[in-house]
Amino acid sequence: MTIPTSSIEQVIPVQGSMAQPESGRPAKAKRQRFRFLSNRKATAGLIILAVYLLLAVIGPWIAPFDPGARGDDLMQPPSGEHWMGTTHLGQDVWSQLLVGTRSVIMVGFVAGIVATTLSVIIGVTSGYAGGRTDEALSVLTNVFLVIPALPLIIIVTSILENAGEWVVALVIGFTSWSWNARVLRAQTLSLRRRDYVEAARATGERSRRIILFELLPNLTAVIASGFVGTVIFAVLSEITLAFIGITSSNTWNWGTILFWAQGQQALARSAWWWFVPAGLAIAILGTALSLINFAIDEFVSPRLRSAGKTKIKTSSGRTVRMRIGFTPVLSNSPEPITRASPIPLIDPNGATPVVRKEATS
Amino acid sequence: MKYFLQRLGFYVFTAWAAITLNFFIPRLIPGDPVQALITKYQGQLSSQAIESLYVLFGLDENGSLWSDYVDYWKQLFGGDLGLSFAFFPTPVSEVLGDSILWTLMLVGVTTILSFAIGTGLGVLAGWRRGSWTDGLLPVTTFLSSVPYFWLGIIAIYLFTGPDSFFPSGGGAEVGLVPAWDVYFIPSAIQHSLLPALTILVSSVSGWILSMRNMMVTVASEDYITVAHAKGLPERRVALSYAARNALLPNVSGFALSLGFIVGGTFLVEIVFSYPGIGFQLFQALGANDYPLMQGIFLIITISVLVANLLADIAYLLLDPRTRKEG
Repeated sequence: MTIPTSSIEQVIPVQGSMAQPESGRPAKAKRQRFRFLSNRKATAGLIILAVYLLLAVIGPWIAPFDPGARGDDLMQPPSGEHWMGTTHLGQDVWSQLLVGTRSVIMVGFVAGIVATTLSVIIGVTSGYAGGRTDEALSVLTNVFLVIPALPLIIIVTSILENAGEWVVALVIGFTSWSWNARVLRAQTLSLRRRDYVEAARATGERSRRIILFELLPNLTAVIASGFVGTVIFAVLSEITLAFIGITSSNTWNWGTILFWAQGQQALARSAWWWFVPAGLAIAILGTALSLINFAIDEFVSPRLRSAGKTKIKTSSGRTVRMRIGFTPVLSNSPEPITRASPIPLIDPNGATPVVRKEATS
Repeated sequence: MKYFLQRLGFYVFTAWAAITLNFFIPRLIPGDPVQALITKYQGQLSSQAIESLYVLFGLDENGSLWSDYVDYWKQLFGGDLGLSFAFFPTPVSEVLGDSILWTLMLVGVTTILSFAIGTGLGVLAGWRRGSWTDGLLPVTTFLSSVPYFWLGIIAIYLFTGPDSFFPSGGGAEVGLVPAWDVYFIPSAIQHSLLPALTILVSSVSGWILSMRNMMVTVASEDYITVAHAKGLPERRVALSYAARNALLPNVSGFALSLGFIVGGTFLVEIVFSYPGIGFQLFQALGANDYPLMQGIFLIITISVLVANLLADIAYLLLDPRTRKEG
């Protein structure tokens, strides 16, 4: 739990102060610190992620069996001894899953860090510098964006024989930074012309200081969401690589489990326990990360929140659908409210506030 | 027009970059793969084929890097992608020619369908925010997090069997010759249903989500309020005012995410043993068939570039502002 919350906490004060500039008082700031967590999606996502992180650390220690050790129970369905059944060699699927978590999380985070760092350097420089530098970096970004990443990753790792986790993580990181760089460039472009940046420039601050202390804090949410997105992509890519059998088979990850299940005809032997848990583990991790990303999106742009109940039943039994831009007014008059009523009946005394305001100004 | 030419220039540049990358990748291979091949197919390789392989792998001792590069381009323009190791001695271009149509049919049709369905549902979810459509979001989040290939495995497990309608793999009934006739086409369609559904289910959610978010953003614009205030029918406001404007970023998003989608769909081909490019790539990996891998990477990149160009043209037609500037 410690890692995700602390990294988010760093996001909050900045975001909070940006959203509500008057929140200088300590009491208020303290409450806002956990505002991100009050989003149910964020809480759910972070809790699931925390469980995975915990398993990544302690998984190999609490695994009941050696994941590679052969046993006497071949292809057994889940039982008290083997919680998730066994493979064709009698290996314990639950242990494989536990041990594999570390590699999955590690590759995901290393690739995410590499790609995020690259995207910040390239995206922010490109957006801030402008001119020739911007053009060159934009073209570079777009080239990487358009070239299909997964086939490239597959081919590069298959050529680097027996690529280990680190190589895989680096290859993924170096090929998947482009999307974030593009988003960051666009954000930087829009921030660059804001008054406070102009003011900082006018007072003679150095470019480096402007980028580090004026721009980056305001890009935190974008960077965080890019990081989470890259982690999802990296996890899926690593598992894909292991599934098609081109990474070294010494280390266990969920893709390796699926690779053996596919190779040993687990389907034909209807050994569902062999491939269902690994797939679910991936899907739940992916869902948790997406939830965090949605929460970040909603945090930045509150409009995107699910609106909750918008249909309201009035006491008279009429239903009203609330929507942005309109304030439903319920009149007590028995006459039906029509969408477009004939205009001539305007009472000059009962004019709307908008008209009155315009008249006085 | 200026916009279009700019984009075209960019794609030509990207194609050049991809081909150059493709030229350098084999130089990472440790050892001498050609020598290994020559010993494997003793006496079967003509001296010309050996020469072409050396150029392809950059192991040509006589030439500099630059002359290798020029030779590589010459080969490409001659349509020579080298010989495939896995299907020796078939040229790579022939192997690819056989499988590209399968992939185009499966991935092309499903991607477009998925974009259309996802965008439609996204319009609905964004417009009717707060109704039952909000319940779609958690479901789609989960589905988009599932790896394509795993969903394929589950689909095979659940829906195929000895007496099921769905075949568990392959492109068509064994023994049928590919042709446009009443025997082959229905069989091919029957075989592609399950892979297509798999791709559709896992890729549609991304479009729903991005379209919903765009709709929500657009729905609070002033012109939407005006359109409502004018008393226009709800349907007209939703489709002609909100959806039309919300669609634009989604179209450019479509172009940019094609590269990602193509990678994912290949895995579906592998799981279903569908005889397309992705399955070829899988076989090439198993056989260390570097020329075939390179050829596949090249053909994927170029197809994605062409698809991007098409999406750009669609954007040009949809957004009058891009036309005005040019």
